[in-house]
Amino acid sequence: MRLGKQTWEFKQPVYIHSTGTAVGPLEGEGPLGTSFDKIFDNLYCDEENWELAERALMEEAVRLCLAKVNRKPSDVDIMLAGDLLNQIVTSNYAARQLGIPFLGMFSACATVMQSVAVASIFINGHYVENALVAVSSHHSTAERQFRYPTEFGGQKPETATYTVTGSGAVLLSNQPNAIRVTHATLGQVVDMGVANPLDMGSAMAPAAAKTLLTHFKETQREPSYYDLIVTGDLSRVGSSILRKLVEDEGIKLRNNYEDCGVMIYHQEQPVFAGGSGAGCPAIVTFGYLMKEMERGIIKRLLVVATGALLSPLMMQQKETIPCIAHAVSFELEERD
Amino acid sequence: MLSDEQKRYQANMELYHSKRPVISNSIKAFVIGGGICALGQFISNFYMTFFPLSQKEAMSPTLATLILLAALLTGFGVYDKISQFAGAGSLVPVTGFSNAMTSSALEHKSEGLVFGIGANMFKLTGAVIAFGVLSAYAVGLTRLLVQMLIR
Amino acid sequence: MEYVSAFVVGGLICILGQLLLDIGKLSPTHTLSTLVVLGALLDGFHLYDRLIDFAGAGATVPITSFGHSLVHGAMAEGERFGFLGVGMGMFEVTSVGISSTILFSFLVALIFKPRG
Repeated sequence: MRLGKQTWEFKQPVYIHSTGTAVGPLEGEGPLGTSFDKIFDNLYCDEENWELAERALMEEAVRLCLAKVNRKPSDVDIMLAGDLLNQIVTSNYAARQLGIPFLGMFSACATVMQSVAVASIFINGHYVENALVAVSSHHSTAERQFRYPTEFGGQKPETATYTVTGSGAVLLSNQPNAIRVTHATLGQVVDMGVANPLDMGSAMAPAAAKTLLTHFKETQREPSYYDLIVTGDLSRVGSSILRKLVEDEGIKLRNNYEDCGVMIYHQEQPVFAGGSGAGCPAIVTFGYLMKEMERGIIKRLLVVATGALLSPLMMQQKETIPCIAHAVSFELEERD
Repeated sequence: MLSDEQKRYQANMELYHSKRPVISNSIKAFVIGGGICALGQFISNFYMTFFPLSQKEAMSPTLATLILLAALLTGFGVYDKISQFAGAGSLVPVTGFSNAMTSSALEHKSEGLVFGIGANMFKLTGAVIAFGVLSAYAVGLTRLLVQMLIR
Repeated sequence: MEYVSAFVVGGLICILGQLLLDIGKLSPTHTLSTLVVLGALLDGFHLYDRLIDFAGAGATVPITSFGHSLVHGAMAEGERFGFLGVGMGMFEVTSVGISSTILFSFLVALIFKPRG
């Protein structure tokens, strides 16, 4: 059912059935390290090159996600996956051997919540019984596609972010389980004229603010309704700006607001303003936050995944960075 | 063109950015960059002492040695760490040129020898060579023209 | 003493590069290109040679000397063959720099893997 213009409420059952996460070494050493299913001890993930490494991460996340509930790929009705690389190659190649109807998704680092939202619409509409969502990013594949070769000595400013190496997969299903997907707010593209790819937090904050404010308005909820609101990868810079932007509209985010990019690394790790990348909100949500919900520590969760729809080619043509944010809310079912 | 709303946002956003530490960056660039040049002087003196070379002739092997050192440090994954600290201090000396070419070649190893290493080697340094040659043409031709006119 | 002048002059050129990066907000590639053009222009007025006489490696090691060497090679042949000579001599002095960079970066790319 549509609430307002951008928010959908899932009246029919849509549940989190299983999750799988695979991450690189730096994420494994971070504060959430223990909550991930598989930690590779090297950035190559035992593969030959960076693209294969990212593919290995996604394949591992999908494998773990299905294995936990004893499902085979043939049991899955539809797969939605995306990543940051051109032609979303990681997802296409990971889907190649699964034999599941496949939809490639892209909204940069917001891909994960876009995919969960679309998968939930499929399930809510009874078109499928279950849906598999997988999203990945890798520091080095992103670095070499969007910025410079990984060994090039360019000095980065403190506003830069570090692309998370990791992949998160989730199996959504109409079979009742602990955590339910209740609402999705799909964002609009917002461009406030930021053109610095080493400052994506500032570029994305307005898109996140817009989606967040729309979500509160259309669901008629207050920020205090949620035990935790997280943004995807605004980092330290962007999340401070988001607080200010939302406050200007008369809504105050208190200490129930955090950012996945800030949560995933220790402050002393060499990651500048924090983590970013499509994998960042995916592994934090499916690795850490879902476990916190299962333990009952978080009962109502809103995840606002933020994406900078950056293209190096368009940057060189002096364009600015269009940004988007998609929000999905998760709730713990009351048990007797 | 930026709208008024975009301009206002960008002005407000600046408050949330820590200023670029220009002075400390410059000091670091000075020390590391100066250090690399002093190392170059040492290598040059070494060649002049042990080979029958003049100061000018020693320049070529000196640069080649620095280029080799930087290429190796790039291969060992150290040069980008130095540069995060030193900024222009390790970019501006010829070692930075070597690092730019080596890192591009290394990064595209996975695409093969020709399309990968060969074609991508000049990805960053191509512009430097192109503008160097173009400006040298401009300067050289102008100087010749001036000389002709004077005569 | 020559070490001190090499250190100071080389360091100052690097500070110029750092200012182009930080205040000029140029990319590393733009910065290097700008400095090369600057070196070529300075040589047009015979200034860069004086800097080399004073600072030695402090002036030959920074990328500005690449622009200077291009002009030098071009002019050496230009003096003998006129306008055609400019193209003939262009890479005469810089040939070691460019060819050794190509060679070493190729060899390093063959042997090593990027560390990320």
